[in-house]
Amino acid sequence: MALLTCKELCIGYEGREILHGLDFSAEQGDYLCILGENGSGKSTLMKTILGLVPALSGEIVFGDGLKKGEIGYLPQQTDVQRDFPASVKEIVLSGCASSLGLRPFYSKAHKKLAMDNIEKMGLTELKNRCYRELSGGQQQRVLLARALCATQKALLLDEPVSGLDPNATANMYELVQKLNRDDGITVIMISHDIQAALQYADKILHIGKSVFFGSRDEYLAKIGKAGFAQQGGADNG
Amino acid sequence: MAEAFDKLYTYITEFPFVRYALIVGVLIALCSSLLGVTLVLKRFSFIGDGLSHVAFGAMTIAAVVKLTNSMPLILCITVISAVLLLRTGKNAKIKGDAAVAMISVSALAIGYLLMNVFSSSSNLSGDVCTTLFGSTSILTLSTTEVWLCIALSAVVLAVFVLFYNKVFSVTFDEDFARATGVKASLYNLILAVVIAVIIVLAMNLVGSLLISALVIFPALSAMRVFKSFKSVTVCSAVLSVICTLLGICISIVYGTPVGSTIVAVDIAAFAIFTVIGKFSGRVKP
Ligand SMILES: Nc1ncnc2c1ncn2[C@@H]1O[C@H](COP(=O)(O)OP(=O)(O)OP(=O)(O)O)[C@@H](O)[C@H]1O
Ligand SMILES: [Mg+2]
Repeated sequence: MALLTCKELCIGYEGREILHGLDFSAEQGDYLCILGENGSGKSTLMKTILGLVPALSGEIVFGDGLKKGEIGYLPQQTDVQRDFPASVKEIVLSGCASSLGLRPFYSKAHKKLAMDNIEKMGLTELKNRCYRELSGGQQQRVLLARALCATQKALLLDEPVSGLDPNATANMYELVQKLNRDDGITVIMISHDIQAALQYADKILHIGKSVFFGSRDEYLAKIGKAGFAQQGGADNG
Repeated sequence: MAEAFDKLYTYITEFPFVRYALIVGVLIALCSSLLGVTLVLKRFSFIGDGLSHVAFGAMTIAAVVKLTNSMPLILCITVISAVLLLRTGKNAKIKGDAAVAMISVSALAIGYLLMNVFSSSSNLSGDVCTTLFGSTSILTLSTTEVWLCIALSAVVLAVFVLFYNKVFSVTFDEDFARATGVKASLYNLILAVVIAVIIVLAMNLVGSLLISALVIFPALSAMRVFKSFKSVTVCSAVLSVICTLLGICISIVYGTPVGSTIVAVDIAAFAIFTVIGKFSGRVKP
Protein backbone atom coordinates (compact mmCIF):
# COMPACT_ATOMS: atom_id res chain seq x y z
CA MET A 1 0.00 0.00 0.00
CA ALA A 2 1.18 3.48 -0.84
CA LEU A 3 2.22 5.95 1.83
CA LEU A 4 -0.21 8.54 0.56
CA THR A 5 -3.04 8.10 -1.91
CA CYS A 6 -5.43 10.76 -3.20
CA LYS A 7 -8.56 9.46 -4.90
CA GLU A 8 -10.88 11.67 -6.93
CA LEU A 9 -9.77 14.54 -4.73
CA CYS A 10 -11.49 17.88 -5.19
CA ILE A 11 -9.88 20.91 -3.55
CA GLY A 12 -10.95 24.51 -3.04
CA TYR A 13 -12.04 27.07 -0.50
CA GLU A 14 -15.50 27.37 1.01
CA GLY A 15 -17.23 25.40 -1.71
CA ARG A 16 -15.41 27.20 -4.54
CA GLU A 17 -13.61 24.53 -6.48
CA ILE A 18 -10.03 25.04 -7.70
CA LEU A 19 -9.20 21.54 -8.95
CA HIS A 20 -11.10 18.30 -9.19
CA GLY A 21 -10.47 14.69 -10.03
CA LEU A 22 -6.95 14.52 -8.63
CA ASP A 23 -5.64 10.95 -8.54
CA PHE A 24 -2.12 10.25 -7.44
CA SER A 25 -0.09 8.36 -4.90
CA ALA A 26 3.34 8.40 -3.30
CA GLU A 27 5.21 5.33 -2.12
CA GLN A 28 7.61 5.14 0.78
CA GLY A 29 10.89 6.74 -0.33
CA ASP A 30 9.46 8.55 -3.33
CA TYR A 31 10.56 12.01 -4.45
CA LEU A 32 7.46 13.63 -5.90
CA CYS A 33 7.53 17.07 -7.47
CA ILE A 34 4.38 19.09 -7.88
CA LEU A 35 4.55 21.56 -10.76
CA GLY A 36 2.05 24.13 -11.95
CA GLU A 37 1.51 27.80 -12.62
CA ASN A 38 0.95 30.46 -9.99
CA GLY A 39 -2.51 30.09 -8.54
CA SER A 40 -3.07 26.60 -9.92
CA GLY A 41 -3.69 25.27 -6.43
CA LYS A 42 -0.40 23.63 -5.45
CA SER A 43 -0.28 25.13 -1.98
CA THR A 44 -3.97 24.42 -1.52
CA LEU A 45 -3.39 20.78 -2.41
CA MET A 46 -0.61 20.54 0.15
CA LYS A 47 -2.75 22.16 2.83
CA THR A 48 -5.57 19.78 2.01
CA ILE A 49 -3.25 16.80 2.43
CA LEU A 50 -2.18 18.20 5.80
CA GLY A 51 -5.76 18.77 6.89
CA LEU A 52 -5.42 22.57 7.13
CA VAL A 53 -8.05 23.03 4.41
CA PRO A 54 -10.95 20.58 4.20
CA ALA A 55 -11.25 18.58 0.97
CA LEU A 56 -14.41 19.37 -0.98
CA SER A 57 -14.81 15.75 -1.97
CA GLY A 58 -12.74 12.65 -2.58
CA GLU A 59 -10.39 10.80 -0.32
CA ILE A 60 -6.90 11.08 1.12
CA VAL A 61 -5.61 7.78 2.44
CA PHE A 62 -2.49 7.40 4.53
CA GLY A 63 -0.81 3.99 4.45
CA ASP A 64 2.34 2.24 5.64
CA GLY A 65 1.67 3.32 9.21
CA LEU A 66 1.87 7.02 8.38
CA LYS A 67 -0.39 9.00 10.65
CA LYS A 68 -1.87 12.37 9.95
CA GLY A 69 0.25 14.30 12.43
CA GLU A 70 3.51 12.66 11.38
CA ILE A 71 4.22 14.69 8.28
CA GLY A 72 6.85 17.40 8.31
CA TYR A 73 5.80 20.60 6.61
CA LEU A 74 7.72 23.55 5.22
CA PRO A 75 5.23 26.30 4.44
CA GLN A 76 5.54 28.58 1.42
CA GLN A 77 5.43 31.69 3.53
CA THR A 78 5.59 31.55 7.25
CA ASP A 79 3.40 34.14 8.75
CA VAL A 80 6.06 34.98 11.33
CA GLN A 81 6.11 38.55 12.41
CA ARG A 82 9.26 40.51 11.92
CA ASP A 83 9.79 41.10 15.61
CA PHE A 84 9.11 37.58 16.90
CA PRO A 85 11.75 36.79 19.52
CA ALA A 86 12.74 33.15 19.16
CA SER A 87 16.07 31.38 19.00
CA VAL A 88 16.89 28.77 16.36
CA LYS A 89 16.96 26.10 19.06
CA GLU A 90 13.49 26.98 20.32
CA ILE A 91 12.03 26.89 16.83
CA VAL A 92 13.58 23.56 15.84
CA LEU A 93 12.50 22.04 19.14
CA SER A 94 8.95 23.23 18.56
CA GLY A 95 8.77 20.70 15.72
CA CYS A 96 8.54 18.05 18.45
CA ALA A 97 5.46 19.67 20.01
CA SER A 98 2.98 17.23 18.56
CA SER A 99 4.86 14.21 19.87
CA LEU A 100 4.64 15.61 23.40
CA GLY A 101 1.06 14.40 23.66
CA LEU A 102 -0.09 15.18 27.17
CA ARG A 103 3.39 15.66 28.58
CA PRO A 104 4.23 19.28 29.34
CA PHE A 105 7.99 19.28 28.74
CA TYR A 106 10.45 18.04 26.13
CA SER A 107 12.44 14.93 27.01
CA LYS A 108 16.18 14.40 26.54
CA ALA A 109 15.36 12.41 23.39
CA HIS A 110 13.45 15.36 21.94
CA LYS A 111 16.34 17.70 22.63
CA LYS A 112 18.80 15.29 21.08
CA LEU A 113 16.63 14.93 18.00
CA ALA A 114 16.49 18.71 17.68
CA MET A 115 20.27 19.04 18.06
CA ASP A 116 20.85 16.28 15.50
CA ASN A 117 18.63 18.03 12.99
CA ILE A 118 20.29 21.36 13.68
CA GLU A 119 23.61 19.71 12.91
CA LYS A 120 22.25 17.99 9.82
CA MET A 121 21.14 21.34 8.44
CA GLY A 122 24.52 22.89 9.25
CA LEU A 123 23.10 25.31 11.78
CA THR A 124 25.19 24.37 14.79
CA GLU A 125 26.93 27.72 14.84
CA LEU A 126 23.65 29.59 14.66
CA LYS A 127 21.72 27.61 17.22
CA ASN A 128 21.48 30.38 19.80
CA ARG A 129 20.89 33.14 17.30
CA CYS A 130 17.61 34.95 16.93
CA TYR A 131 15.54 33.64 14.02
CA ARG A 132 14.64 37.07 12.69
CA GLU A 133 18.29 38.04 12.37
CA LEU A 134 19.07 35.19 9.97
CA SER A 135 19.17 35.39 6.20
CA GLY A 136 16.36 33.92 4.12
CA GLY A 137 18.35 30.80 3.28
CA GLN A 138 19.31 30.22 6.89
CA GLN A 139 15.70 30.71 7.98
CA GLN A 140 14.60 28.17 5.39
CA ARG A 141 17.09 25.64 6.79
CA VAL A 142 15.81 26.29 10.32
CA LEU A 143 12.27 25.56 9.19
CA LEU A 144 13.45 22.40 7.41
CA ALA A 145 15.15 21.25 10.62
CA ARG A 146 11.90 21.90 12.46
CA ALA A 147 9.96 19.88 9.88
CA LEU A 148 12.43 17.02 10.33
CA CYS A 149 11.69 17.00 14.06
CA ALA A 150 8.05 16.33 13.29
CA THR A 151 8.58 13.32 11.03
CA GLN A 152 10.64 10.25 10.27
CA LYS A 153 8.68 9.44 7.15
CA ALA A 154 7.38 12.20 4.95
CA LEU A 155 8.25 15.82 4.18
CA LEU A 156 5.96 18.24 2.39
CA LEU A 157 7.92 21.20 1.06
CA ASP A 158 6.19 24.21 -0.45
CA GLU A 159 8.68 26.04 -2.70
CA PRO A 160 11.65 25.54 -0.40
CA VAL A 161 14.04 27.43 -2.67
CA SER A 162 12.02 30.54 -3.43
CA GLY A 163 14.10 33.61 -2.72
CA LEU A 164 17.38 31.72 -2.33
CA ASP A 165 20.51 32.52 -4.32
CA PRO A 166 21.90 29.84 -6.71
CA ASN A 167 24.35 28.59 -4.12
CA ALA A 168 21.80 28.28 -1.36
CA THR A 169 19.36 26.72 -3.82
CA ALA A 170 21.82 24.01 -4.81
CA ASN A 171 22.62 23.49 -1.13
CA MET A 172 18.92 23.10 -0.29
CA TYR A 173 18.32 20.61 -3.11
CA GLU A 174 21.29 18.59 -1.96
CA LEU A 175 20.06 18.52 1.63
CA VAL A 176 16.64 17.36 0.53
CA GLN A 177 18.09 14.74 -1.79
CA LYS A 178 20.26 13.42 1.00
CA LEU A 179 17.27 13.13 3.31
CA ASN A 180 15.41 11.27 0.60
CA ARG A 181 18.22 8.95 -0.38
CA ASP A 182 20.02 8.29 2.91
CA ASP A 183 17.18 8.50 5.41
CA GLY A 184 14.46 7.12 3.13
CA ILE A 185 12.18 10.06 3.80
CA THR A 186 9.40 10.52 1.28
CA VAL A 187 9.64 14.00 -0.22
CA ILE A 188 6.75 15.84 -1.82
CA MET A 189 7.98 19.17 -3.12
CA ILE A 190 6.26 22.04 -4.84
CA SER A 191 8.57 23.76 -7.27
CA HIS A 192 8.69 26.12 -10.22
CA ASP A 193 12.09 24.89 -11.19
CA ILE A 194 11.36 22.27 -13.87
CA GLN A 195 15.04 21.55 -14.42
CA ALA A 196 15.64 20.70 -10.80
CA ALA A 197 12.42 18.72 -10.68
CA LEU A 198 13.56 16.61 -13.61
CA GLN A 199 16.99 16.21 -12.08
CA TYR A 200 15.90 15.04 -8.62
CA ALA A 201 12.34 13.72 -8.70
CA ASP A 202 11.15 10.20 -9.46
CA LYS A 203 7.55 11.24 -9.96
CA ILE A 204 5.92 14.37 -11.25
CA LEU A 205 2.47 15.75 -10.64
CA HIS A 206 1.62 18.65 -12.90
CA ILE A 207 -1.56 20.48 -12.06
CA GLY A 208 -3.38 23.18 -13.94
CA LYS A 209 -5.71 23.07 -16.88
CA SER A 210 -4.52 19.58 -17.68
CA VAL A 211 -3.43 17.30 -14.90
CA PHE A 212 -0.51 14.94 -15.35
CA PHE A 213 0.75 12.32 -12.94
CA GLY A 214 3.46 9.84 -13.72
CA SER A 215 7.14 9.04 -13.54
CA ARG A 216 9.86 11.47 -14.56
CA ASP A 217 10.44 9.72 -17.86
CA GLU A 218 6.78 9.72 -18.77
CA TYR A 219 6.69 13.44 -18.08
CA LEU A 220 9.77 14.02 -20.21
CA ALA A 221 8.18 12.10 -23.06
CA LYS A 222 4.99 14.09 -22.73
CA ILE A 223 6.51 17.54 -22.70
CA GLY A 224 8.86 16.45 -25.45
CA LYS A 225 5.87 15.58 -27.61
CA ALA A 226 4.08 18.77 -26.78
CA GLY A 227 7.12 20.73 -27.90
CA PHE A 228 8.20 22.04 -24.54
CA ALA A 229 11.63 20.54 -24.86
CA GLN A 230 13.53 23.78 -24.44
CA GLN A 231 11.55 24.68 -21.41
CA GLY A 232 12.05 21.19 -20.00
CA GLY A 233 15.33 19.56 -19.25
CA ALA A 234 17.16 19.75 -22.58
CA ASP A 235 20.11 21.73 -21.29
CA ASN A 236 20.37 20.02 -17.97
CA GLY A 237 23.29 21.27 -15.91
CA MET B 1 13.86 59.40 51.13
CA ALA B 2 14.31 57.71 54.50
CA GLU B 3 11.05 59.29 55.55
CA ALA B 4 9.27 57.71 52.63
CA PHE B 5 10.67 54.30 53.57
CA ASP B 6 9.54 54.76 57.15
CA LYS B 7 6.07 55.62 56.01
CA LEU B 8 5.99 52.61 53.72
CA TYR B 9 7.23 50.32 56.48
CA THR B 10 4.59 51.44 58.94
CA TYR B 11 1.87 51.11 56.34
CA ILE B 12 2.92 47.58 55.47
CA THR B 13 3.25 46.44 59.07
CA GLU B 14 0.16 48.24 60.38
CA PHE B 15 -2.46 47.72 57.69
CA PRO B 16 -3.37 44.28 56.35
CA PHE B 17 -5.04 45.82 53.29
CA VAL B 18 -1.69 47.19 52.15
CA ARG B 19 -0.19 43.71 52.39
CA TYR B 20 -3.14 42.31 50.44
CA ALA B 21 -2.64 44.94 47.80
CA LEU B 22 1.03 44.02 47.44
CA ILE B 23 0.35 40.27 47.23
CA VAL B 24 -2.47 40.66 44.73
CA GLY B 25 -0.47 43.22 42.75
CA VAL B 26 2.53 40.90 42.37
CA LEU B 27 0.35 37.96 41.32
CA ILE B 28 -1.57 39.96 38.75
CA ALA B 29 1.60 41.50 37.37
CA LEU B 30 3.15 38.04 37.02
CA CYS B 31 0.15 36.49 35.25
CA SER B 32 -0.54 39.37 32.92
CA SER B 33 3.07 39.77 31.80
CA LEU B 34 3.65 36.05 31.20
CA LEU B 35 0.69 35.90 28.86
CA GLY B 36 1.36 39.36 27.54
CA VAL B 37 4.22 38.04 25.42
CA THR B 38 1.96 35.53 23.70
CA LEU B 39 -0.89 38.00 23.36
CA VAL B 40 1.28 40.63 21.73
CA LEU B 41 2.88 38.12 19.36
CA LYS B 42 -0.38 36.46 18.45
CA ARG B 43 -1.99 39.86 17.87
CA PHE B 44 -4.50 39.03 20.54
CA SER B 45 -3.86 42.20 22.47
CA PHE B 46 -6.83 43.90 20.86
CA ILE B 47 -9.04 41.11 22.18
CA GLY B 48 -7.69 41.89 25.64
CA ASP B 49 -8.64 45.50 25.18
CA GLY B 50 -12.16 44.63 24.08
CA LEU B 51 -12.58 42.21 26.95
CA SER B 52 -11.61 44.80 29.51
CA HIS B 53 -14.54 46.91 28.40
CA VAL B 54 -16.82 43.90 28.56
CA ALA B 55 -15.63 43.37 32.11
CA PHE B 56 -16.54 46.99 32.87
CA GLY B 57 -20.05 46.42 31.52
CA ALA B 58 -20.36 43.25 33.59
CA MET B 59 -19.24 45.12 36.67
CA THR B 60 -21.97 47.73 36.27
CA ILE B 61 -24.56 44.98 35.86
CA ALA B 62 -23.30 43.42 39.07
CA ALA B 63 -23.53 46.81 40.76
CA VAL B 64 -27.06 47.39 39.47
CA VAL B 65 -28.39 44.06 40.75
CA LYS B 66 -26.48 44.80 43.96
CA LEU B 67 -24.38 41.64 44.14
CA THR B 68 -22.17 41.57 47.20
CA ASN B 69 -19.58 39.39 45.50
CA SER B 70 -19.46 40.51 41.91
CA MET B 71 -16.33 38.63 40.78
CA PRO B 72 -17.98 35.32 39.72
CA LEU B 73 -20.55 37.10 37.53
CA ILE B 74 -17.93 39.32 35.90
CA LEU B 75 -15.71 36.29 35.37
CA CYS B 76 -18.50 34.32 33.67
CA ILE B 77 -19.52 37.12 31.31
CA THR B 78 -15.93 37.92 30.36
CA VAL B 79 -14.95 34.29 29.72
CA ILE B 80 -18.00 33.76 27.51
CA SER B 81 -17.24 36.93 25.55
CA ALA B 82 -13.62 35.81 25.13
CA VAL B 83 -14.72 32.52 23.60
CA LEU B 84 -17.21 34.28 21.32
CA LEU B 85 -14.65 36.88 20.20
CA LEU B 86 -12.16 34.16 19.34
CA ARG B 87 -14.81 32.45 17.20
CA THR B 88 -15.56 35.56 15.15
CA GLY B 89 -11.91 36.52 14.97
CA LYS B 90 -11.01 33.19 13.39
CA ASN B 91 -13.47 33.33 10.50
CA ALA B 92 -12.37 36.64 9.05
CA LYS B 93 -9.65 38.94 10.31
CA ILE B 94 -11.29 42.28 9.58
CA LYS B 95 -14.69 41.21 10.78
CA GLY B 96 -13.09 40.05 14.01
CA ASP B 97 -11.46 43.44 14.50
CA ALA B 98 -14.72 45.25 13.93
CA ALA B 99 -16.54 42.85 16.23
CA VAL B 100 -14.09 43.61 19.03
CA ALA B 101 -14.50 47.35 18.57
CA MET B 102 -18.25 47.01 18.44
CA ILE B 103 -18.48 44.90 21.57
CA SER B 104 -16.09 47.04 23.53
CA VAL B 105 -17.80 50.38 22.90
CA SER B 106 -21.23 48.83 23.41
CA ALA B 107 -20.18 47.41 26.75
CA LEU B 108 -18.71 50.76 27.76
CA ALA B 109 -21.78 52.77 26.74
CA ILE B 110 -24.34 50.40 28.21
CA GLY B 111 -22.31 50.06 31.38
CA TYR B 112 -22.26 53.81 31.90
CA LEU B 113 -25.95 54.06 31.00
CA LEU B 114 -26.88 51.38 33.51
CA MET B 115 -24.87 53.06 36.21
CA ASN B 116 -26.49 56.39 35.44
CA VAL B 117 -30.04 55.08 35.43
CA PHE B 118 -29.94 52.70 38.34
CA SER B 119 -27.25 53.94 40.65
CA SER B 120 -28.42 55.61 43.82
CA SER B 121 -24.94 56.81 44.66
CA SER B 122 -24.46 60.53 45.05
CA ASN B 123 -20.98 60.40 43.58
CA LEU B 124 -21.65 58.78 40.21
CA SER B 125 -18.72 60.13 38.25
CA GLY B 126 -16.45 59.10 41.14
CA ASP B 127 -17.82 55.56 40.92
CA VAL B 128 -17.29 55.41 37.18
CA CYS B 129 -13.80 56.76 37.55
CA THR B 130 -13.02 54.09 40.11
CA THR B 131 -14.14 51.26 37.84
CA LEU B 132 -12.36 52.67 34.83
CA PHE B 133 -9.11 53.64 36.51
CA GLY B 134 -9.27 51.39 39.56
CA SER B 135 -8.22 54.26 41.79
CA THR B 136 -8.84 52.60 45.14
CA SER B 137 -10.35 49.18 44.60
CA ILE B 138 -7.09 47.37 45.24
CA LEU B 139 -6.93 48.87 48.72
CA THR B 140 -10.45 47.76 49.57
CA LEU B 141 -10.17 44.05 48.74
CA SER B 142 -12.00 41.64 51.02
CA THR B 143 -10.19 38.51 52.20
CA THR B 144 -12.48 36.41 49.97
CA GLU B 145 -11.40 38.43 46.97
CA VAL B 146 -7.75 38.07 47.93
CA TRP B 147 -8.09 34.30 48.20
CA LEU B 148 -10.02 34.07 44.95
CA CYS B 149 -7.30 36.11 43.33
CA ILE B 150 -4.56 33.86 44.70
CA ALA B 151 -6.37 30.73 43.54
CA LEU B 152 -7.03 32.07 40.05
CA SER B 153 -3.44 33.26 39.66
CA ALA B 154 -2.19 29.84 40.70
CA VAL B 155 -4.38 28.25 38.03
CA VAL B 156 -3.21 30.72 35.38
CA LEU B 157 0.45 30.16 36.27
CA ALA B 158 0.02 26.38 36.25
CA VAL B 159 -1.69 26.45 32.87
CA PHE B 160 1.06 28.64 31.45
CA VAL B 161 3.91 26.47 32.73
CA LEU B 162 2.27 23.19 31.70
CA PHE B 163 1.35 24.41 28.23
CA TYR B 164 4.41 26.59 27.66
CA ASN B 165 5.88 24.48 24.84
CA LYS B 166 2.60 24.06 23.03
CA VAL B 167 1.74 27.71 23.43
CA PHE B 168 5.09 28.55 21.85
CA SER B 169 4.54 26.31 18.85
CA VAL B 170 1.01 27.63 18.30
CA THR B 171 2.17 31.22 18.72
CA PHE B 172 5.14 30.91 16.39
CA ASP B 173 3.41 29.13 13.52
CA GLU B 174 -0.16 28.02 13.96
CA ASP B 175 -0.39 26.34 10.53
CA PHE B 176 2.66 24.19 11.13
CA ALA B 177 1.42 23.26 14.59
CA ARG B 178 -1.96 22.22 13.24
CA ALA B 179 -0.42 20.37 10.30
CA THR B 180 1.72 18.29 12.63
CA GLY B 181 -1.21 17.42 14.85
CA VAL B 182 -1.04 19.96 17.68
CA LYS B 183 -4.57 20.84 18.76
CA ALA B 184 -4.20 24.52 18.01
CA SER B 185 -7.83 25.48 18.49
CA LEU B 186 -7.84 23.90 21.93
CA TYR B 187 -4.83 25.98 22.96
CA ASN B 188 -6.35 29.12 21.47
CA LEU B 189 -9.44 28.46 23.54
CA ILE B 190 -7.37 27.94 26.69
CA LEU B 191 -5.54 31.19 25.94
CA ALA B 192 -8.78 33.10 25.48
CA VAL B 193 -10.18 31.84 28.78
CA VAL B 194 -6.94 32.67 30.57
CA ILE B 195 -6.92 36.19 29.11
CA ALA B 196 -10.44 36.69 30.40
CA VAL B 197 -9.46 35.54 33.88
CA ILE B 198 -6.42 37.81 33.92
CA ILE B 199 -8.44 40.80 32.83
CA VAL B 200 -10.99 40.32 35.55
CA LEU B 201 -8.19 39.98 38.09
CA ALA B 202 -6.32 43.00 36.78
CA MET B 203 -9.42 45.15 36.90
CA ASN B 204 -8.98 45.36 40.66
CA LEU B 205 -5.44 46.57 40.27
CA VAL B 206 -5.50 49.15 37.52
CA GLY B 207 -9.14 49.48 36.50
CA SER B 208 -10.58 48.36 33.19
CA LEU B 209 -9.17 51.09 30.97
CA LEU B 210 -5.55 50.52 31.91
CA ILE B 211 -5.40 46.72 31.81
CA SER B 212 -3.94 46.59 28.32
CA ALA B 213 -0.96 48.58 29.54
CA LEU B 214 -0.24 45.94 32.17
CA VAL B 215 -0.43 43.20 29.55
CA ILE B 216 1.45 44.89 26.73
CA PHE B 217 4.17 47.09 28.20
CA PRO B 218 6.34 44.51 29.97
CA ALA B 219 6.27 42.25 26.90
CA LEU B 220 7.19 45.07 24.52
CA SER B 221 9.95 46.29 26.84
CA ALA B 222 11.47 42.80 27.10
CA MET B 223 11.27 42.36 23.33
CA ARG B 224 13.45 45.47 22.86
CA VAL B 225 16.40 43.80 24.52
CA PHE B 226 16.03 40.01 24.51
CA LYS B 227 15.89 37.74 21.50
CA SER B 228 14.58 34.36 22.54
CA PHE B 229 11.07 33.50 23.61
CA LYS B 230 12.12 32.16 26.98
CA SER B 231 14.31 35.11 27.91
CA VAL B 232 11.63 37.57 26.80
CA THR B 233 9.01 35.78 28.88
CA VAL B 234 11.20 35.66 32.00
CA CYS B 235 12.34 39.26 31.60
CA SER B 236 8.83 40.53 31.08
CA ALA B 237 7.61 38.73 34.20
CA VAL B 238 10.43 40.07 36.38
CA LEU B 239 10.07 43.56 34.97
CA SER B 240 6.32 43.61 35.46
CA VAL B 241 6.56 42.48 39.09
CA ILE B 242 9.21 45.11 39.86
CA CYS B 243 7.25 47.89 38.15
CA THR B 244 4.04 46.96 39.91
CA LEU B 245 5.67 46.79 43.35
CA LEU B 246 7.35 50.11 42.72
CA GLY B 247 4.10 51.63 41.48
CA ILE B 248 2.10 50.46 44.49
CA CYS B 249 4.76 51.70 46.91
CA ILE B 250 4.97 55.12 45.25
CA SER B 251 1.21 55.46 45.27
CA ILE B 252 1.04 54.57 48.96
CA VAL B 253 3.72 57.02 49.95
CA TYR B 254 2.66 59.92 47.75
CA GLY B 255 -1.07 59.21 47.64
CA THR B 256 -1.22 58.94 43.84
CA PRO B 257 -3.82 56.68 42.13
CA VAL B 258 -2.52 53.09 42.11
CA GLY B 259 -3.39 52.08 38.56
CA SER B 260 -2.02 55.10 36.77
CA THR B 261 1.14 55.08 38.89
CA ILE B 262 1.87 51.47 37.94
CA VAL B 263 1.30 52.21 34.27
CA ALA B 264 3.53 55.28 34.50
CA VAL B 265 6.34 53.13 35.94
CA ASP B 266 5.76 50.60 33.13
CA ILE B 267 6.07 53.38 30.57
CA ALA B 268 9.31 54.58 32.14
CA ALA B 269 10.67 51.02 32.04
CA PHE B 270 9.70 50.77 28.38
CA ALA B 271 11.61 53.95 27.62
CA ILE B 272 14.69 52.66 29.46
CA PHE B 273 14.56 49.30 27.68
CA THR B 274 14.16 50.98 24.32
CA VAL B 275 17.33 52.96 24.93
CA ILE B 276 19.19 49.86 26.15
CA GLY B 277 18.02 47.96 23.08
CA LYS B 278 19.25 50.74 20.79
CA PHE B 279 22.68 50.98 22.33
CA SER B 280 23.49 47.42 23.26
CA GLY B 281 22.72 46.38 19.69
CA ARG B 282 23.12 42.71 20.26
CA VAL B 283 22.53 41.05 23.58
CA LYS B 284 23.09 37.32 23.81
CA PRO B 285 19.73 35.55 24.31
N1 LIG C 1 -7.41 31.37 1.93
C1 LIG C 1 -7.95 31.38 0.68
N2 LIG C 1 -9.27 31.57 0.49
C2 LIG C 1 -9.83 31.56 -0.73
N3 LIG C 1 -9.12 31.36 -1.87
C3 LIG C 1 -7.80 31.16 -1.77
C4 LIG C 1 -7.14 31.17 -0.49
N4 LIG C 1 -5.82 30.94 -0.70
C5 LIG C 1 -5.66 30.82 -2.03
N5 LIG C 1 -6.83 30.96 -2.69
C6 LIG C 1 -7.05 30.86 -4.14
O1 LIG C 1 -6.82 29.53 -4.54
C7 LIG C 1 -6.10 29.48 -5.76
C8 LIG C 1 -4.89 28.59 -5.61
O2 LIG C 1 -3.98 29.15 -4.68
P1 LIG C 1 -2.66 28.43 -4.24
O3 LIG C 1 -2.05 29.23 -3.16
O4 LIG C 1 -2.96 27.00 -3.95
O5 LIG C 1 -1.78 28.53 -5.57
P2 LIG C 1 -0.31 28.01 -5.84
O6 LIG C 1 -0.42 26.99 -6.92
O7 LIG C 1 0.34 27.59 -4.58
O8 LIG C 1 0.39 29.31 -6.43
P3 LIG C 1 1.91 29.82 -6.21
O9 LIG C 1 2.72 29.16 -7.27
O10 LIG C 1 1.81 31.29 -6.46
O11 LIG C 1 2.33 29.49 -4.83
C9 LIG C 1 -5.77 30.91 -6.13
O12 LIG C 1 -6.63 31.29 -7.18
C10 LIG C 1 -6.05 31.71 -4.88
O13 LIG C 1 -6.60 32.95 -5.24
MG1 LIG D 1 1.86 28.25 -3.40
